[in-house]
Amino acid sequence: MTPAYELVVGMEVHAQLLTQSKMFCGCSANAFDTEPNSNTCPVCLAMPGMLPVINRQAVAQTIRAGLALNCTIGAEAVFARKNYTYPDLPKGYQISQYELPQCSDGWIEIDTAHGAKRIGITRAHLEEDTGKLVHADGVSLVDLNRAGVPLLEIVTEPDLRTIEEVNEYLTRLRQLLVTIGVSSGDMEKGAMRMEANISLRPAGSSSFGTKVEIKNLNSFRAVRNALEYEIRRQSAVLATGGQVEQVTMGWLEHAGRTYVQRSKESAHDYRYFPEPDLPPLAVSREWVAELQASLPELPLARRSRFMAAYGLKLADADVLSADRGVADFFEATLQAVGGVVTPHKVAHWIMGDLFRLLNEHNLDRIPIPAAHFAELLQLVARHVINANTGSQVLKTMFSSGESAARIVERENLAQVSDANVLESAVQSLLAAHPDEVARYQAGKTQLLGWFVGQVMRETRGKANPDLVRQLLQKYL
Amino acid sequence: MTRLSADEVQHVAELVKLKLTAAEIELFASQLSAILDYAAQIQEVDTSQVPPTATVLPLRSIMRDDVTEPRLSVDEALANAPNRQDSFFKVHAILDGSQ
Repeated sequence: MTPAYELVVGMEVHAQLLTQSKMFCGCSANAFDTEPNSNTCPVCLAMPGMLPVINRQAVAQTIRAGLALNCTIGAEAVFARKNYTYPDLPKGYQISQYELPQCSDGWIEIDTAHGAKRIGITRAHLEEDTGKLVHADGVSLVDLNRAGVPLLEIVTEPDLRTIEEVNEYLTRLRQLLVTIGVSSGDMEKGAMRMEANISLRPAGSSSFGTKVEIKNLNSFRAVRNALEYEIRRQSAVLATGGQVEQVTMGWLEHAGRTYVQRSKESAHDYRYFPEPDLPPLAVSREWVAELQASLPELPLARRSRFMAAYGLKLADADVLSADRGVADFFEATLQAVGGVVTPHKVAHWIMGDLFRLLNEHNLDRIPIPAAHFAELLQLVARHVINANTGSQVLKTMFSSGESAARIVERENLAQVSDANVLESAVQSLLAAHPDEVARYQAGKTQLLGWFVGQVMRETRGKANPDLVRQLLQKYL
Repeated sequence: MTRLSADEVQHVAELVKLKLTAAEIELFASQLSAILDYAAQIQEVDTSQVPPTATVLPLRSIMRDDVTEPRLSVDEALANAPNRQDSFFKVHAILDGSQ
């Protein structure tokens, strides 16, 4: 970015809430990849006379998200009609919380190059999704399977100053929503859709420049690309003494550019008014307290605890706390190894061998019980098998589902620590390679590694490498 | 006495996707102006001490459990559609500037 200008960004994220049914009717909230218009009813089709009824779970999930985002939970939320005409909106209005949102005035913490930073959350409110349009040859095709699915819209203050901060905010937000079970975070299924409000201002200025809103951002990469594009475009306009126009833009991922959807003059006038079909939503303190108690430990709190309680480094604690499944697995393993293996070692095995296998098998959940993993680490710690064999056993555990001890026994993998057995292996190796022995004795001590390797090969990797090294040094 | 301009009526017509003739714009300008005058009259009432009314019903917090219910078949859903293509509602092409 041209250093003459400072970037100012506010984000709007629409997260699909994890519910069984839609926001105001009993159609399924999970109708991906199903036949178009096979998931509708008179309510979400907007048949005359049909009335919406609020999904209690959607409200609960919204409040839980608001609490995790340190928001004030409104004692009363009011749904409003947001009026506009578009074929993906059968009623001609979207029901959305407007003047009185469920959650307001919160914050989320992110990491920056200059330490922790709080990003203000202006509001988090509940609304319904629209249908989907498919543009074909000269016509548009409407699928209303998704119409009425509950969405949580989370709006930040214009607090983000770099593309890295934007990316970090989105990552932390997604992590938080997934951890508390409010959203799947599955970007490929559109579970998070984003809009960015971006403006530039002269470095050091405290007033804001004219902002541009960019819609249709469906991945973190799209957000990054669109912001990079707009920074270049707006910098060029400002650098030549021009003015940035206040417009709403779309992002064309394939073309790598933004385009103007609406100018300020043609901006929508949504004519909001309270939804007469829905009474205001009063939320009792008891219910909010109950929902607060239902929240698990949040990722950043868990990260701090991992550092304090287990002496992990920030980077390791960050990786292990990012996913609730991984974090739970880490702690369950620690408990099961009962002090035989250090937290550092457990972390090392999870982030190394285990993550590699998850990648190879294309899994996002760990398929083996923590107890099995703990047993494997104990076998290595007690030198029953060496670390290389441990990696092999873990691989087998992934495909067979057997316990580590069983695999070690069946495949006869226990480490050979019997000095007599290794002694004869060392002696016959030395006898077979007089040249190398002579070179070693003449001072080429690096050959020790080669000798160790030969013994390991001879014993199919099962020899205790420390013992082999000791024996070699004794006989050489 | 309010007097809506032709441009203002045209703007409202565009918001609701209506195509009006010059005569209709003239007609609606005077009718809508009369409605605005009536609203202005109501706005004279001092409501500074009255909380905003979102509903006149004594109801609060009517919610349903998060359970799915039977849905319509695709043919039922599309029964009233003037145009369909396969399982879709078919409408005129929508352009948003990206094309």
